[in-house]
Amino acid sequence: MNEAIQLILFLVLLAVLSPLLGKYMAKVFMGEKHIMIPVFGWLEKLVYRISGVKSEEEMNWKIYMYGVLLFNLFGFVFLYLLQIFQAYLPLNTEKLPNVSWHLAFNTAMSFTTNTNWQSYSGENTLSYLVQMLGLTVQNFVSAATGIAVVLALMRGLTRKTTDALGNFWADMTRSVLYVLLPLAIILTLALVGQGAVQTFSHYVKATTLQGTEQVIPLGPAASQIAIKQLGTNGGGFFGANSAHPFENPTPFSNFLELFAIIIISAGLVFTFGHYMKSKRQARAIFITMFILFALGLAISLWAEYGHNNVLNVSGSMEGKETRFGVMNSVLWSVTTTVTSNGSVNAMHDSLSPLSGLVAMFNLMLGEIIFGGVGSGLYGIIIFILLTVFIAGLMVGRTPEYLGKKVEAYEMKMTILAILAPAIVIKLFSAIACSIPAGISGLNNAGPHGLSEILYAFSSAAGNNGSAFGGLNTNTVFYNLMLGFGMLIGRFGIIIPVMAIAGSMAKKKVTPVSSGTFRTDNWLFVMLLISVILIVGGLTFFPPLALGPIVEHFLMNLGVTF
Amino acid sequence: MKTQSKIALKFLLVMIILTGIIYPLLMTGLAQLGYPSKANGSLIMNDGKIIGSELIGQKFDSSIYFWSRPSAIGYNPIPSGGSNLGPTSDTLKKQVGARRVLFAKINSMTDPLSIPKEMVFASGSGLDPHISPEAALLQVDHISRARHFENSQKEKLLNKIKELTETPQFFCLGEQRINVLILNLELNKI
Repeated sequence: MNEAIQLILFLVLLAVLSPLLGKYMAKVFMGEKHIMIPVFGWLEKLVYRISGVKSEEEMNWKIYMYGVLLFNLFGFVFLYLLQIFQAYLPLNTEKLPNVSWHLAFNTAMSFTTNTNWQSYSGENTLSYLVQMLGLTVQNFVSAATGIAVVLALMRGLTRKTTDALGNFWADMTRSVLYVLLPLAIILTLALVGQGAVQTFSHYVKATTLQGTEQVIPLGPAASQIAIKQLGTNGGGFFGANSAHPFENPTPFSNFLELFAIIIISAGLVFTFGHYMKSKRQARAIFITMFILFALGLAISLWAEYGHNNVLNVSGSMEGKETRFGVMNSVLWSVTTTVTSNGSVNAMHDSLSPLSGLVAMFNLMLGEIIFGGVGSGLYGIIIFILLTVFIAGLMVGRTPEYLGKKVEAYEMKMTILAILAPAIVIKLFSAIACSIPAGISGLNNAGPHGLSEILYAFSSAAGNNGSAFGGLNTNTVFYNLMLGFGMLIGRFGIIIPVMAIAGSMAKKKVTPVSSGTFRTDNWLFVMLLISVILIVGGLTFFPPLALGPIVEHFLMNLGVTF
Repeated sequence: MKTQSKIALKFLLVMIILTGIIYPLLMTGLAQLGYPSKANGSLIMNDGKIIGSELIGQKFDSSIYFWSRPSAIGYNPIPSGGSNLGPTSDTLKKQVGARRVLFAKINSMTDPLSIPKEMVFASGSGLDPHISPEAALLQVDHISRARHFENSQKEKLLNKIKELTETPQFFCLGEQRINVLILNLELNKI
């Protein structure tokens, strides 16, 4: 009963608040007046002045993309250097050594691509300085990059016969100042009020009631947790991520963080509606995402509350926290995997096989069910183009989206964006399964071992960052493979998306007629869901059958490994 | 290209200052002003010594204390984490079996499967500070015996459990739970 109320509260708030946030963001990015201008307007101008940005100058897709790539490259280099030299830098209260080159590579890639995969545990690896200057900064700007790219795509789809897609630097600045920063400030203070830590003190030594020594790690955690959730980053301040009582102390902090994970991605769908000047179009996308989300959630809840014949328990508490219970752990596992967040409040490795499957399948679909901030929306637009194209083939008509013809060039780019992450997942997993360097990291044997590897590369390619945490990935092999997987999973999509934005912007708009294939009704929603599930299903069914599905049946027989 | 690289460098610098320095410092300042105890880890002092944090669980396996949950890291927070053992893990099966036998034996229970789940499964953080009120009540008898409690003291303890039980926040969020460290501190006072 209690569980049902929490669940419904979450879903209702999501449906009610995301259009409001979407409207606000539309005002911000379309340059209209909004409530934050009196607060941060001066700061926006200051940022432009210092960095030499002419915010009114619009860019074509190539210049916009150069901006994206250069900025991310510099961010990567800075974060890499910060880690390999942390021992020589200030604010290293615990005298932590320099990070190894391969771990630094992995972590830098991870945070610049908005993946936030963690091959390390923050409390014994990274100094406060790296957490702040490196990770917190990337939490903001990698999320802003996602928003900027989707804004360029929105403009490309809704403007006609133009090259202009907006100004990348202005979009970045507005994302950070008017969307991410204000929400992060509010969330930080709310989390500290619940008990999340925010301090620069040394770790504390305590003598426990039973007389042993316990070192309690501290740090400026709350400010980073707030943005890691809002920006669908997900990298924890502490190793246990949002299961850690200092990151997520109470059920209320859990609810707030859960909501923060999904709200901006959901809101952006409605922002797109304002660009399209059609609430119906936006609603169709939102409903598609909502249905896929609810389907996964239902299966996952059913599986997790089901009986485990091996452990003789229904609703296992392994890897779960008492204050959250089973329902909140499952809700989080689905929410964090449909969005490309990847923070966890329960250990996914210990979930029942089919709950693990739902989480993994969400990653494999390419993070398009709400998805990452910005990246989720451009991901599902890729699938919309594919659906429009397939529908066009079926009825023998030139496919159109928002009145623009979808032609060979756009389809090539679409297929590229869909294939890039799929290749990483299957090829890299296959390599890892075939060589000792891949196998030696396993924590579980049998089909669950395959799931651990498959999950890791799905997480990297989907830029999610959650893990079947048993797999030890802090090795040269995994750090490099996952690092490149994240790179391909991010820019293997961003580059084709920018190309599509550029080519669509140049096109004319054909007015709506009775012959137009509509993309704002239930028929289209169903078609889109089918294409997403069929493409995802066909691509990944074989490995899933060998991993979680066979494990589910073996578990029912009581087989152990 | 060249103009864009120049802007990119300067823009990165501005973002580092804004989101990497000003933002966390401002947040730390406000947090320290508004919630000094919580922002510093909700530490619990006893006779001028730090005995732990209200939020970080401790290992309790002595018969004179309420037990905390099993922990994959033995309640050593550096680094935190769970067992990551999967649903068909032989190791996990053996661990859970052994914990069931032990808990049932110590608390004189006949049906090991009726033990509250959190007492036989390890938490995700390894630092879970809570157990369910049921799990606390089950342990009252053996603790009272170990401490040679009289009936009035046992009654006090039962009341303490009721008093310290945290109900779901705002009537609906989360589960009923009780903080083991705080309960054991109160237990020492009885």
